[in-house]
Amino acid sequence: MKNAVGREIPDALLVNGKEVYQGKNYMDGKYLQKAAPCTRRYEKPQESKIVGSIAEALRQVGAKSGMTFSFHHHLRNGDFVANMVMQAAIDELGLEDLTIAATSLGEAHDPIAEYIEAGKVVGIQTSGIRGRIGDVVSAGKLKTPAIIRSHGGRPRAIEAGEVHIDIAFVAAPTSDCVGNCRGIGGKSNCGSLGYAMTDAKYADHVVVVTDCLVDFPNMPASVEAIDVDAVVVVDSIGNPKKIASAAARISQNPRDLMMAEDVAKVIAATPWFREGFSFQTGVGGPSLAANLFLEKYMDERGIKMGWAIGGICGPMVELLKKGKVGKVIDVQDFDLDAVNSINQTPGHYEMSASQYANPANKGAFVNKLDFVVLAALEIDTGFNVNVLTGSDGVLRGAPGGHPDTAAGSKCCIIVTPLVRGRMATVCKNVVTVTTPGDCVDVLVTDYGIAVNPLRPDLVECLDKAGIPHVPVEALQEKAYSLVGTPDDLEWEDQVVAVLEARDGTILDVVRKIKPLVLD
Amino acid sequence: MIPRPKPERFRLRRTMMFMNAQKPGLIKDAYIYGVDSIMLDLEDAVAENQKDAARFSLYHALKTIDYGDTEVIVRINGLDTPHWEEDIRVCVAAGADGIRIAKCESAQDVKTVEEHVEAAEREFGVEVGRTLLMAALESPKGIINAYEICAASDRMFGVAISGGDFRKCMQTKFQPDGVDMLAARGQMLIAARAAGIQCFDTVFTDLDDNEGFLAEVRQNKAMGFDGKSLINPKQIRPVHEIFAPTEKEVRQAEAMVQAFREAAAAGIGVFTVNGKMVDVAFIPGAERTLRLAKACGMYEGDLV
Repeated sequence: MKNAVGREIPDALLVNGKEVYQGKNYMDGKYLQKAAPCTRRYEKPQESKIVGSIAEALRQVGAKSGMTFSFHHHLRNGDFVANMVMQAAIDELGLEDLTIAATSLGEAHDPIAEYIEAGKVVGIQTSGIRGRIGDVVSAGKLKTPAIIRSHGGRPRAIEAGEVHIDIAFVAAPTSDCVGNCRGIGGKSNCGSLGYAMTDAKYADHVVVVTDCLVDFPNMPASVEAIDVDAVVVVDSIGNPKKIASAAARISQNPRDLMMAEDVAKVIAATPWFREGFSFQTGVGGPSLAANLFLEKYMDERGIKMGWAIGGICGPMVELLKKGKVGKVIDVQDFDLDAVNSINQTPGHYEMSASQYANPANKGAFVNKLDFVVLAALEIDTGFNVNVLTGSDGVLRGAPGGHPDTAAGSKCCIIVTPLVRGRMATVCKNVVTVTTPGDCVDVLVTDYGIAVNPLRPDLVECLDKAGIPHVPVEALQEKAYSLVGTPDDLEWEDQVVAVLEARDGTILDVVRKIKPLVLD
Repeated sequence: MIPRPKPERFRLRRTMMFMNAQKPGLIKDAYIYGVDSIMLDLEDAVAENQKDAARFSLYHALKTIDYGDTEVIVRINGLDTPHWEEDIRVCVAAGADGIRIAKCESAQDVKTVEEHVEAAEREFGVEVGRTLLMAALESPKGIINAYEICAASDRMFGVAISGGDFRKCMQTKFQPDGVDMLAARGQMLIAARAAGIQCFDTVFTDLDDNEGFLAEVRQNKAMGFDGKSLINPKQIRPVHEIFAPTEKEVRQAEAMVQAFREAAAAGIGVFTVNGKMVDVAFIPGAERTLRLAKACGMYEGDLV
C-alpha cells in the first residue's frame, strides 16, 4: 500500500494495527494505553546492589534467550558497554534469539555484527545504524527487519508497549552502590543521560554499568536507584576520546560559512525571530556555524534567545554563559564544553528523550520549537529528507531527532551542499524517506535557497527581506547538470529495515540491495 | 562548451578573488560566493613543474563550467618566464574574459602581451579585441610608469598593485595604517583615473585579522579604489558592504539623474536637487552610484 509520501509499503507489514504514514499530526487526539513494566520488589533493605560481573548481573535479573536488551548511545563511538553485555550474554551465558533496542548504534558496535551473522541477535531496533551492523543488516543477515525510529518515536513505542524492554543497561559515568547514575563526575563523562531515562522507567529490569563508583547518594541522579536492580563496576565503560570531542570547532570552510550565513538570514526574516525565540541546530559544519551568524542578527536586533534544545556543544554553552540564551535543555552533549556545563551552568538542564521529542506525550519540547536547522544526506523535490541510507542503499545513518524537530518546529531549515563529490544531494527521489516533506520548510544550499510550496507564508517572508529563492526543482536540475543523473538503485524483495514515522506508522522500508557486479 | 558573452571593459569589479587554476575543487564553482571577478592564477600559486597541468585545468574549467555573470580573469606568468606565451594562447582559446599581466613595468610590456593576444585571437578564431587586459604593478618602476601602462591599450580595463613584491622592493613591511604603500597607491590611482581605467588594491593576507582587513578596505574606498583583490571567499561580503553606497547617497543620486533627464528634455542645463546645484558633470558619478546600488540590491529602478 502506498503511503502519504508515495512509498510502497508491503501489506505483510500492515498487521496488528500497523498503518502506513498518513501525514503530519495524523494521530493527534487519539488515546494511548501505556504499557507498564513488571518489576521486582526490593522490600528488604539492601546495603548495596553491586554484583561482580555483567554475567552475574544477567543471571541475577533472569536473562533468558529471546529477550530484548536496551542500550543508550551517550558514549557514542567510545561505547564499550553494549559489546561487553552482548558478549557476556551470548558467549558466557549462551543466550540466543536476542533483540537489541538501542537509541543508536555506531562503529563502536562492529563486534555485534558477528552475533547477527551467527543468528544470535535476531532483532535490532535503533535510531542510528552504521558501520558493520549497517552492512550486515543491509545484506539481509538479520532474521527480522531492523526497526528504525526517531528519538521521539522510540519512547513513544516503549510507552505504547510496541517495544518491551526486558533488561535496560545504563552505561553510567558515575553511579553509587544502589544505582543512582549521573553523566558527570567520573572518567568517562558524557553529560546528559536523557536517552536512558525512558528505558529505565519502562524496563522490567535495569542494570547499571559504571567505571566510577561514587558515594551514596549520587545526586541529582539522571537514572534513579528506585528503578535499578543491579550495579556492575567495570574497568572502563568507554574511550573518553571518542565519547566527547575536546571542543566542537566552528567550521572555517567558506562554503559552510556562506550557507550558515544564509540560514541565519532566513531565520531573521521570519516573524518568530523575536525576543525569547527557541532554536535547535545540529553539530555539522554549516548547522553549527549558523550559531555564529545568528548571534550577529540577535545583537543587531537587540534580542535574546529564550531557550535552545538538542544535542548541545560548546558554542551554544558559550551563548548561555554570555547571557544571550536563557535556558539550554538537552538529551545529549557532544563536546567537553557541554559535558562540563550541564547541570552546572545555571540554566543548563537535562531532559529525557520523551520530554524532548515524543509525539504521543502531552508536551514535548520540540512542539514549542521556533527554528530547527538540520543536515541531510539527500533531499528530494518533495522536500523529503534521507538521513539513513547512503547513495548505495546501505544503512549508514540515523534519523535521530530529525523527524521530531522538523515536525514540531515552526520553521525547519535543511542546510546541505548541493552535491557531495559525484553525489547529488538535492535529487528527484531520496533513497529512503526518513523525514517527510510536509515537515520540511526551507532548503539552504551553496547554490541557492528553496522554500517548500506548502509554506507560502515563508515565501512571503523571504521576498519581503529580499532573499532570493528558487523552486527546489531548479536546484535538483542544477545538481544533475553538475554530476549527472544517477541510475536507480537495484533492490531485491527482502525488507531489511522498516522505517517508522515518529507516530508509529510506516514511512518507508529499506530492502536488500542487489550486490554490485562490475562488467 | 559554454560560450561566454563578450566581456565588458567597464563593469562592476569590487572584488577579484584569486584561485589556483590547478585546483578543480576550488574553481569548479567559485561563482557561488557572489564575487564580481574570479582571478584564476597560473603564476605564483602554481609550481614551476605544474604549469602545463594548470593550463589544462583552466581550459577545461572555462569550457565546461557556466560561470554566469562572474567575470573570469587569468593571471599569467611574468614576461621574464618561459610560460607567458603559452599562457596567453590557453586564455584566448578557452575564452577567458581578461588577462592580468604580472610584474608589468612599462607600456611596452602591455603592447607585447597585446600583440600575442591578438595573434592568439586570430589563431583560435576569437573576435579580435575581445580579450581584455589589466596590469599588475609590483615594482617601483611599474609605479613610476603607471600612467603610460594604464594608457597603453584600448583593451586595458584596470590596474592593480601587488603588495607583497612591492613592499619587498621598497624595504618595508605591511603597516596597519597603510603608510607603507600610501604613495604607490596614490600614484597608481591618479594614473588610472587620468587614463580612464579602473584601479584595484592588493590582497590582505592575514585571514585572522578581521579588523585590520576592514580598516584597509575602508581606506581603499576612501582613496577611490574600484575594488580589491581577495584570497578567501569570506572576504567578499565585507568588501561589498563597505563599497556599497549609503541609502542617502542612493536617494540623492536617483534624484539627480531623474532631475537631469527631465531638465535636459526641457532644455535646462543647470538646476538644483535638494538644495544642491547640479549640472551634467555630476551625472556620471551619480549613475555610477546607482549601478553600485543596483549590484548591492539597494536600487531596483530603471535609471541605469
